[in-house]
Amino acid sequence: MTFIGIIITYVFINNFILNQFMGMCPFIGVSKDYESAIGMGFAVTFVTSVASLTTWCIQHFLLVPFGLTYLQTITFILVIAALVQFVEMVVRKVSPSLYKSLGIFLPLITTNCAVLGIAIIAVGKNYNAIESFVAGFAAGLGFLLAIVLMSCIREKLADTDIPKPFKGVPIAFITASLMALAFMAFDAALLNNLIG
Amino acid sequence: MIKEFTKGLFKENPIFVIALGLCPTLATSTMVINALGMGAGVIFVLVCSNIFISLLKNFIPDNVRIPAYIVVIASFVTIVQMVMEAYAPALYAALGVFVPLIVVNCIILGRAEAFANKNKVLPSILDGLGMGVGFTLALTLIALIREVLGSGTITLPGCVITVPVISIAPMRVIAFPAGALLVLGLLKAFFQYKEGRK
Repeated sequence: MTFIGIIITYVFINNFILNQFMGMCPFIGVSKDYESAIGMGFAVTFVTSVASLTTWCIQHFLLVPFGLTYLQTITFILVIAALVQFVEMVVRKVSPSLYKSLGIFLPLITTNCAVLGIAIIAVGKNYNAIESFVAGFAAGLGFLLAIVLMSCIREKLADTDIPKPFKGVPIAFITASLMALAFMAFDAALLNNLIG
Repeated sequence: MIKEFTKGLFKENPIFVIALGLCPTLATSTMVINALGMGAGVIFVLVCSNIFISLLKNFIPDNVRIPAYIVVIASFVTIVQMVMEAYAPALYAALGVFVPLIVVNCIILGRAEAFANKNKVLPSILDGLGMGVGFTLALTLIALIREVLGSGTITLPGCVITVPVISIAPMRVIAFPAGALLVLGLLKAFFQYKEGRK
C-alpha cells in the first residue's frame, strides 16, 4: 500500500476514535476546550509516530530473531512507557514553553490505547519500518482531527440549553456518534476510487 | 467486607459512574458473546493483578510503582492472550487487538493505584471481583441492546437466539461504531437522570 493510502486509511477510514474506539478516555476528558485539545492531539501524534517506529525495531531486531514474540504485549507497553518518559524529559530540556503546554498530557499518553493499538496493528499488518512510522503518524493525525473537531463543537455546546440529564458526558457521546455517522462516508470504496 | 464487592456493581460502576475503560466497552459490545469473553478476561486480570500488587505493595519503591504495576498487569494479559488463543480461537479473532489492549484498560491500573496498593489481600480480591463483575454487567447490557436492535439476535456461548419481529428489519446502524456511541450516550443520560431525581 502506498503512503498516501496508509494516511487516508488511518486518518479517515479507520479513524482511531470514531471507528476503532481507541483513545476514548482523553477524547472525552480533554476535549472541553480547544487549546488543550490541540496540545493533546499533537502530543499523541508525536508519541504514536515515534512509538510505532521503535516497536517495529524491537519486533524485528529482538523479538522475532530470538523467538520471543509471546512477550510482545509486555515489551511494547514497557517501551512505550519508557519512551513517553524520555519524550517528556527531552521536551522539558529543549523547549520549556512546549513542555508547559504539553506537559500535563504526556504522562496520560502511556495509558492511551491508541499508542499501543497502532504499534500492535502495524506489526500485525507486516508493514516495513517507514510504513509503520507513517501509520503511526497518520493514526495520531486522525486522533488530532477528531479531538479538535470535538472541542470546537463542545465549546459551542457550552452556551446551549441542554436538558439536564444530557449535560456533560452524555451529550459528548451523542455528538461523537453523529460525527462517527458522518465518517461512515469514508470507506474502502473511497480508497479504491482515489488510488485504484 | 462485602461492601468492597458490591460497590463496584452499582454505586461505583466503572463504566456508567466513573467512566473508565471506555475503549473496550465500545469496541467489543457488538455481540453478547464478545462482551462476556472480554468481561471474563478483565475479571481474571483485575483479580490477579490486585492480589499481586497488594502482596508486593511493601516491596515496590514508590517512584517506579506505575511501571511495576504495568509489568504485573501485562504478564496476566499475556496469560489471557495465550489461553484464549488456544481454547477460544473464534473469540480471540473477534476481539482482535483489544485482548492485548486490556493492559492499558484504565480500570485495572486505576484499581491498583487507588485500592490494591493500600489494602490487604482479601479486600483487594473482593474489590477486583466487584469492579470486574460491574464492568462485565455494564458491557453485557450495552452489547445486549446493540445486538438485539442492530442485528435481531442474541449470541450466547453455544446458541444463537433470534428475536422475532426485529430480526426481519434490524436497525443496522446500532451495530456500527456510531450506534455504540449513541447507545452509551443515552444510557449515561439515563443514569444521570436517575441520579438527579434522588
